[in-house]
Amino acid sequence: MSEENKKTLGILAEFANPGELLKAAEKVRDEGYRKFDVHSPFPIHGMDNAMGLRQSKLGFIVGAAGFLGCVGGMTLQWWVSAVEYPHVISGKPFFSFQAFVPVTFELTILFAAIAAVFGMFHLNRLPQLFHNVFYSEQFAKITDDGFMISIEADDPRFDEEKTKSFLSSIGGTSLELIEAK
Amino acid sequence: MDLNTENKRLLESSKFGTFALICGIVGLVLTAVGYFMVSPEQMYHSWLTAFVFWMTIGLGGLFFTMLHHLTGAVWSIVLRKFSESLMAVLPWMLLFFIPVVFGIHDLYHWSHEDAVAHDQLLQGKAGFLNQPFFVIRSIGYFVIWIILSLSLFKLSVKQDNQHDASISAKFKKISAPGMLLFALSLTFASFDWLMSLDPHWYSTIFGVYIFSGSVLAVLSMIMLIALFLRKSGFLEEVITIEHYQDIAKLLFAFTVFWAYIAFSQYFLIWYGNIPEETVWFLHRWEGSWKIISMVIVFFHFALPFLILLTRNAKRNLTLLGIMGFWFLIVHWIDLYWLVFPSFHKHSVHFSWIDFTAMLGIGGIFMAIFWKKFTGNKLVPMNDPELSQSLHFTNV
Repeated sequence: MSEENKKTLGILAEFANPGELLKAAEKVRDEGYRKFDVHSPFPIHGMDNAMGLRQSKLGFIVGAAGFLGCVGGMTLQWWVSAVEYPHVISGKPFFSFQAFVPVTFELTILFAAIAAVFGMFHLNRLPQLFHNVFYSEQFAKITDDGFMISIEADDPRFDEEKTKSFLSSIGGTSLELIEAK
Repeated sequence: MDLNTENKRLLESSKFGTFALICGIVGLVLTAVGYFMVSPEQMYHSWLTAFVFWMTIGLGGLFFTMLHHLTGAVWSIVLRKFSESLMAVLPWMLLFFIPVVFGIHDLYHWSHEDAVAHDQLLQGKAGFLNQPFFVIRSIGYFVIWIILSLSLFKLSVKQDNQHDASISAKFKKISAPGMLLFALSLTFASFDWLMSLDPHWYSTIFGVYIFSGSVLAVLSMIMLIALFLRKSGFLEEVITIEHYQDIAKLLFAFTVFWAYIAFSQYFLIWYGNIPEETVWFLHRWEGSWKIISMVIVFFHFALPFLILLTRNAKRNLTLLGIMGFWFLIVHWIDLYWLVFPSFHKHSVHFSWIDFTAMLGIGGIFMAIFWKKFTGNKLVPMNDPELSQSLHFTNV
């Protein structure tokens, strides 16, 4: 690939410790950036707020799926036992909702659990096998002792020079322009 | 603001203790009047309901305290003094058990020798269900509860006065066997005091049913006391919205757990369809008892489940205040539903003594609680992990 074609994909900056990272994330948020991410070897308490992330929608996905499992489970058993294949069991009515509660309950849980796992994948945009920050050599440090912020080039406020000087003004070191290799 | 002296400020600024004591005395006097004016039988049944209601709150406090120590929970440290002060009332509840002993013939069918003589089932159970053994067992339960609550409470006061890291370990040492004893004693106490009202009937899950209601009741009570203090300008910075959300999560969880246990009990009896088991539910499905049964299904489970489902609801203090009273009221209805069908057999028949007994025992209960609560620091200041609890946040 020739030099001219190299395009900046984003900027990566390192911070000294989790506390610095948290403060920096707040400043990046307040500056108006939206397409940025923080990277750390472990979860940092309060980071969601510092990044300006809203409450996850996962709960509503799980709730809807659970409701579907509940209604679906009861309907399935009603259809099987009272419509399609009516069968007298221990002298009880065909539609004995009491007997159907355990299966309905289990299906509610099953649907909700599956929705929780795959909903989480979807909201986290997983599976994602590659991300632009992987072009950076120093990025490997985030699994060890690196605390970093990356801002992506397609953020509307992104400007190579301004963003770079902004990140260093809030304490970022080892600034690196991410470019495709 | 000095957290070390907040309890003195609270004691000076609030008349709650005196108010509760007056309510209690008035309630007890009116209940005694009811003994003569209405009927001893009605009075003893009302008394048993109210007695068990306040016992479940004291025992719930004991459970919450021991659970807190056993799990090493951090968030609930700021609530520990609440549950400890509630369980510290348990020794005094022994006094309120005395009328139950006096009312044994009015309450328990199995205590009549002539009834047992003509009843083969009761003869078979006579080795367990007889008057001396009933009283001995009840005293045994109280001995367990008094030893556990007093030793945990004393240790907590000791921790307030001296920095001693070994106290945290001692809490756990008492709580581990304590939890086992608690489970067994609560199960048998609920068998004796409530299940034996209908001596032919039995349900092995009954103790767990009482336990689940008891935890709901104590969580509501702790939450309401905290909200009351917050309104009066106490501990606002200590018990934050994050702590309330955690209580609300447990309330939500236990309303589901209660329904799980209640349905398990009903389900097996419904499926088995054996007359001596189903008759208990049949009594509760007769006449106006059916309404109470439906009220319990919807107000003890279905509605609270939907109301407390979302995160926003769990962080809405006004709503939580309403839900606190809600759960205490349905817990009482639940106990009423357990006790009274063996007395008012065909329809619900509320009496004013039901309420005076609640007021009487409850007033004294809360007055003793208040004395214990304000007599010590409102927050366990020497707990090694207190600062973590103060800064606790939900993810």
